[in-house]
Amino acid sequence: MAAVNGSSDLSSEMEVDAFRRLFPLRYHEYHLLKSVRPDARKLGSARDTTLALGAVASADGSALAKIGSTTMLAAIKMEVMTPTVECPDEGSIAIEFHMPPICSPLVRPGRPAEAAEVISKQLSDTIFSSGMIDLKELCLVGGKAAWMAYLDIYCLDADGALFDAALLSAVAAFSHLNIPVVSLNDDGRIVLVSEDNVRGKLEKEPVNKEKRKLKLNSPPFSLTCILHKNYILADPTAEEESIMETVVTVVLDSYYQLVSLYKPGGPVLAHTSVIQDCVALARRRVKELQNVLNEAISDMEVD
Amino acid sequence: METDRKDGRTANQLRPLACTRNVLNRAHGSASWSQGETKVLAAVYGPKAGTKKNENPEKACFEVIWKPKTGQIGKAEKEYEMILKRTVQSICVLNVHPNTTTSIIIQVVNDDGALLPCAINAVCAALVDAGIPLKHLAVAICCSLAESGHILLDPSKLEEQKMKAFVYLVFPNSTLSVLPEESLKVRGEPMEHGLITSFTHGVMSVDDYIRCLERGRAATGKLSDFLRRSLQSQVQSDSSKLG
Repeated sequence: MAAVNGSSDLSSEMEVDAFRRLFPLRYHEYHLLKSVRPDARKLGSARDTTLALGAVASADGSALAKIGSTTMLAAIKMEVMTPTVECPDEGSIAIEFHMPPICSPLVRPGRPAEAAEVISKQLSDTIFSSGMIDLKELCLVGGKAAWMAYLDIYCLDADGALFDAALLSAVAAFSHLNIPVVSLNDDGRIVLVSEDNVRGKLEKEPVNKEKRKLKLNSPPFSLTCILHKNYILADPTAEEESIMETVVTVVLDSYYQLVSLYKPGGPVLAHTSVIQDCVALARRRVKELQNVLNEAISDMEVD
Repeated sequence: METDRKDGRTANQLRPLACTRNVLNRAHGSASWSQGETKVLAAVYGPKAGTKKNENPEKACFEVIWKPKTGQIGKAEKEYEMILKRTVQSICVLNVHPNTTTSIIIQVVNDDGALLPCAINAVCAALVDAGIPLKHLAVAICCSLAESGHILLDPSKLEEQKMKAFVYLVFPNSTLSVLPEESLKVRGEPMEHGLITSFTHGVMSVDDYIRCLERGRAATGKLSDFLRRSLQSQVQSDSSKLG
């Protein structure tokens, strides 16, 4: 790396690691000149992505998503609640994103990290406005009982592109969700039917025999890109995010409709051509992520 | 292209704008900005010594405090704070006052749609009033997209709820420069066509988004003219007071 610069400054006689720490921006720019990134990726390619469904045995639906070393654990717990008066035939979903101190040196115990709340809000915005889940499907007895889905996402390792990984794990957890069987008891209340009873003789007919799986309409997937000068870097690591500040997150659903295009400021201005390039990268990424999700689901079915 | 709007505006028409600077006595800079019934008050305090934790001490640091009209600050407001902070950081010259913190306080007076764009415009005027060094101004606009594909600019709260999607866009203001126009262009496009901030809500096609961008860009021209005029007139009256 040092040889690229050659002549005048320290970089010719400095170790690569030291140079990386002292002049992080220049270190990255040398790489970008050669259309490669420090971890040997091309500018437009994302890190390896893996997905494991059913990571939390006690939850009704769960998934562990890894994009590079960014790791997210999502789990869903279903509870029966009385629906609100305004929407008597709809269930609801509560989404919470947690960043425990284990995930990054920047997070301290105590007050929740600011980033966590913003990502929570973004996640619920994306999941609700994409229309992935029809809340009417969460209804059990109109006006009386509906499901409340608590989706909790824990960030275990924060190495950049947090929102992408969180959204992937959330979508995967919903596709793994098995809604528990419930029945009405004599008092007209909803009770859980334990697994043994389902197979054996039942005193009461379960309320939701058929509706054990949620139907997901066109799940959204996202790609975060960094803009730096004329370069577009897909799926940045934490190091890249800290050095180059302009971030664009594109969320597309399965029909390539735009669910969100999020650019919170940043020194680089995004012109129309740049936005179109980011969307094109996101389209490619959606295909990849759909394959990753389908593979994870079919692996699950084989087991 | 006929679309009925409750207040009789055309699709591209903005609500009446009003901007007053120097409305608060103790603040180093302040401004109130209203678009129709939406009104926001912004105050700037600083630069004060020292940066907050986890901030780069070699640069000026900003903190944004959002006060809603009623009640406690929630997740939506936290997100607005974050967007505002990043937007302000991208328009300010951060090297002039290293190791300082500037506080920006937003008080929502009334929310009738397009709240975040209104707040961004207010902050911009307040930053000028406080004399914080800026690279350029920023102008923000809300475009909303109807089911039928029509784009309405600067929607009111009612319109915002009826629409299938809306977009908040922030652009740099148009520059007045002695340099020849060609030299100011970035990749063949004028600087003010570059997007600083984008925030969307609801599903739309990519083409619709690009159409929103074009409409927004066209409208921000007028907005930035208004901002410039209102800043200039007060600069003149300020200097006449001094004289």
